[in-house]
Amino acid sequence: MAKVHVQTQINGEPVDFLCEPQQSLLEVLREELSRTGTKEGCGTGDCGACSVLLDGRLVCACLVLGVEATGKNVTTIEGIAPEEGLHPIQQQFLEHAALQCGICTPGLIVATKALLDKNPNPTEKEIRYWLAGNLCRCTGYDKIIRAVQASAAELSHPA
Amino acid sequence: MTNSARPKSFGTSIPRKEDRRFITGHGRYTDDVELPAQAHAAFVRSPFAHANILSIDASEAQKQQGVIAVYTGTQFATSGLGDLQCGWMIHSRDGSPMQVGEHPALASQKVRFAGDAVAIVVAESAKLAKLAAELVEVDYEELPVAADLVSAGAPNAPEIHEGITNNQVYDWEIGNKAETAEAFQRAAHITELNLINNRLIPNAMETRAVNAQFDAAKDSYTLYVASQNPHGLRMTLAAVIGFAPEHKLRVISEDVGGGFGSKAFNYAEEVACLWASKLCNRPVKWTCDRSEAFLTDAHGRDHVTRASLALDDDHKIIGMQVHTQANVGAYLSTFGSLIPTYVYAPLLSGQYNIPNIYANVVTRYTNTNPVDAYRGAGRPEAGYVIERLVETAAREVGMNSAEFRRLNFIRQFPHSTPVDMDYDTGDFQAHLDKALEMIKADQFPERKAETESRGKKRGLGIGCYIEAAGIGPSARLGKLGSGAGLWESAEVRVNPTGSVEVLTGCHSHGQGHETTYAQLVADQFGISVDDVDIVHGDTDKVQFGMGTFGSRSGPVGLSAISLACNKVVAKATAIAAQVLEVEQDTVDFTDGEFSSSATNQRLSFAEVALNAYTAHHFSTSDIEPGLSEGCFFDPPDFNFPAGTHLCEVEIDPQTGVVDVVDFVAVDDFGVIGNPMIVEGQVHGGVVQGVGQALWEQAVHDEQGQLLTGSYMDYTMPRASDMPDVRVGFTETRCTTNPIGMKGCGEAGAIGAPPAVINAITDALDIREFDMPATPEKVWRAANKR
Repeated sequence: MAKVHVQTQINGEPVDFLCEPQQSLLEVLREELSRTGTKEGCGTGDCGACSVLLDGRLVCACLVLGVEATGKNVTTIEGIAPEEGLHPIQQQFLEHAALQCGICTPGLIVATKALLDKNPNPTEKEIRYWLAGNLCRCTGYDKIIRAVQASAAELSHPA
Repeated sequence: MTNSARPKSFGTSIPRKEDRRFITGHGRYTDDVELPAQAHAAFVRSPFAHANILSIDASEAQKQQGVIAVYTGTQFATSGLGDLQCGWMIHSRDGSPMQVGEHPALASQKVRFAGDAVAIVVAESAKLAKLAAELVEVDYEELPVAADLVSAGAPNAPEIHEGITNNQVYDWEIGNKAETAEAFQRAAHITELNLINNRLIPNAMETRAVNAQFDAAKDSYTLYVASQNPHGLRMTLAAVIGFAPEHKLRVISEDVGGGFGSKAFNYAEEVACLWASKLCNRPVKWTCDRSEAFLTDAHGRDHVTRASLALDDDHKIIGMQVHTQANVGAYLSTFGSLIPTYVYAPLLSGQYNIPNIYANVVTRYTNTNPVDAYRGAGRPEAGYVIERLVETAAREVGMNSAEFRRLNFIRQFPHSTPVDMDYDTGDFQAHLDKALEMIKADQFPERKAETESRGKKRGLGIGCYIEAAGIGPSARLGKLGSGAGLWESAEVRVNPTGSVEVLTGCHSHGQGHETTYAQLVADQFGISVDDVDIVHGDTDKVQFGMGTFGSRSGPVGLSAISLACNKVVAKATAIAAQVLEVEQDTVDFTDGEFSSSATNQRLSFAEVALNAYTAHHFSTSDIEPGLSEGCFFDPPDFNFPAGTHLCEVEIDPQTGVVDVVDFVAVDDFGVIGNPMIVEGQVHGGVVQGVGQALWEQAVHDEQGQLLTGSYMDYTMPRASDMPDVRVGFTETRCTTNPIGMKGCGEAGAIGAPPAVINAITDALDIREFDMPATPEKVWRAANKR
């Protein structure tokens, strides 16, 4: 099948790639572009491990076609941190041990960013419901919730 | 020269050293590894749970563009490679060995569960391999199916493995049968329960993955694999499957995305990909789809039990009888025979002084995927039996169940149970008291009245668990049937500049070893945690080890490291004496500094390390140059983490929805290395335990088809489902390792299920109730429908 030429932006950088029309954005990121920070947990949009932002909107990369990235801004886990150091969300995940095996963590951090961009002061219930789309089998979620609360506080009132 | 004491790191909650790579997307999991000339595999799997294979025709698939090769079970049968094997021999009570069926990596004559692999397709991409796999034509002759324990044990049940009657693997027993029967004869009260321990699917968020590479020039194999136990896997691939001697096999498990037991086994796909890699001379990668994971990962639990407790006039427990049927699935997986026997029944005594216990376990094959260790592995099943019995007995004799537990707690240690366990230490009263205080149990009646004023029900449930972690010693396990030793190894390499690499045979797939291990090493050497790196998961780096499962990394793995550090300090002390030109017995090593009463000179750890390598100041005929020591630590016994988990639920009788409104876990893990990491282990375990109690269940239909094969059908706990889990600790030092640690990885999964179900039966005032407590079942129970 003829491949499609796609021009997009990934983490602020212009990127060109060729992909098959049926390839998902997740497959393109991991297999064509070797950006393996975004993980596959289910391939059916049920676990959130592949969460990325598409023009700031939280999506499962496994449910978006690569060609749909045309002309859009894709933000992946590799684009969350500033050039030096960590994003406050990453820093809080680190300080709260909000991860164990780490495979779901990129998706959770991206999903948290989407939440806090939209709602800078979420309640615990809002955090728990927003992150209900991201499965984590290790942490029992408790420390993730604490890390998100601390991130919200830090982003609203930077030290 | 004064030097203030360096604060100890071990015992404090420092952030995890490994997390920076995970939070930036730079973890390297097996599927992230891409090798030059990478090929990809897909498996042709049986759609039937039980069928004869009449023929396999791969010709159409082979013709497809991008397909490199298709290898079938028929070809595999002539490969000379051995079957997958169970690592633990169990003998039936009549002395006969367990009945073991065949288990080829690819089936050639018969398939025994829906998902059994019959061929492997290798192609230029995973997608092409999957498409071609659809074109492999397998002619099956369907056979009658035994999809559960009842049908597998029925007269005239389908024969899953040739010559194995009633599909029975073994009929095993433990305990003092005659004395137990006599205790029941004189009992003042007997409590009897039927209990089902629901079948679970582990669901590590990283699915299993393999990347197998045969190097023709070196005649050797490299296997990247998501494994909890790379050395055990290499040993099996060498000695059992027969690929090559171990020095020609390298197994690498870098970052692994959760295991919970399910990645501790030898699976068919590892064998098939290695085999295919040599045949087609390409590296072969296979990453399990989630739906394929549901179908082929080893499941957990799946027990049906009838259990009874005998009490005397004073409500003291005088006997316990347990009859369990356990499902091992279609094949005996790596630890499949062990889980329902020696890590199950020996824990039936729980925290109680029970003089007479008899347990009998009958294990059967069924046409479902294999059942093996899943977080807790046998111990959650045992904990559920004793805690449901104790709770029910207390209610039947009209006692407060916490008081009933207190009355029957073991209070003298060490304590030997009738089921072959020797508890070294514990204080069961301490965690019960603390947990009841944390949840404010004394105010429960007010909370219950308030809930009832809103038309809902409220219940408080207790789960007092004990588990056996870090099992050993190896010689004892050998007598019980283990095919391997369960010691652990460590190598501590001090570099000339004083930084340290620690090689461990344990494996971290989320447990935070890179941090906790480094904390202890840093303290023992008086150096910074940043100067210690932990190396694991590569058989070319670490000489040997047994991996991580059964909560062994702390008590066994870290003990080996600690003892190796002691050897380093001993040698460094000898070198320091030479450098300082003093008698060795005058040298003291404190807070990273060597000093001597015979001189005012001091040497830092790094200075001694450098001297060990320059070897200028000592005779190398007396002391060898270098500073690197190893240790193999074999624990003299198990260790016994124990705790009290309390669950408070609110139930809406109109909908049957159970809301966990509070959960308190108080655990005694002995000495704790990093409280923040240990809390995380408890949180995760508790949520898996609550998941088992409320939502999770693997369901097969009568034809052996898995009905719960996706996240839309198998209910995983989500962030919105849980309240905070409140964690507390008590401490009694473990005596079977030098650190005093007890395993912490499985506690939550053991304590939580009985706590939740005891809360639900309390709220609804019912006696028997099976997990999972889905809204339909709860609604029926609440409304007597």
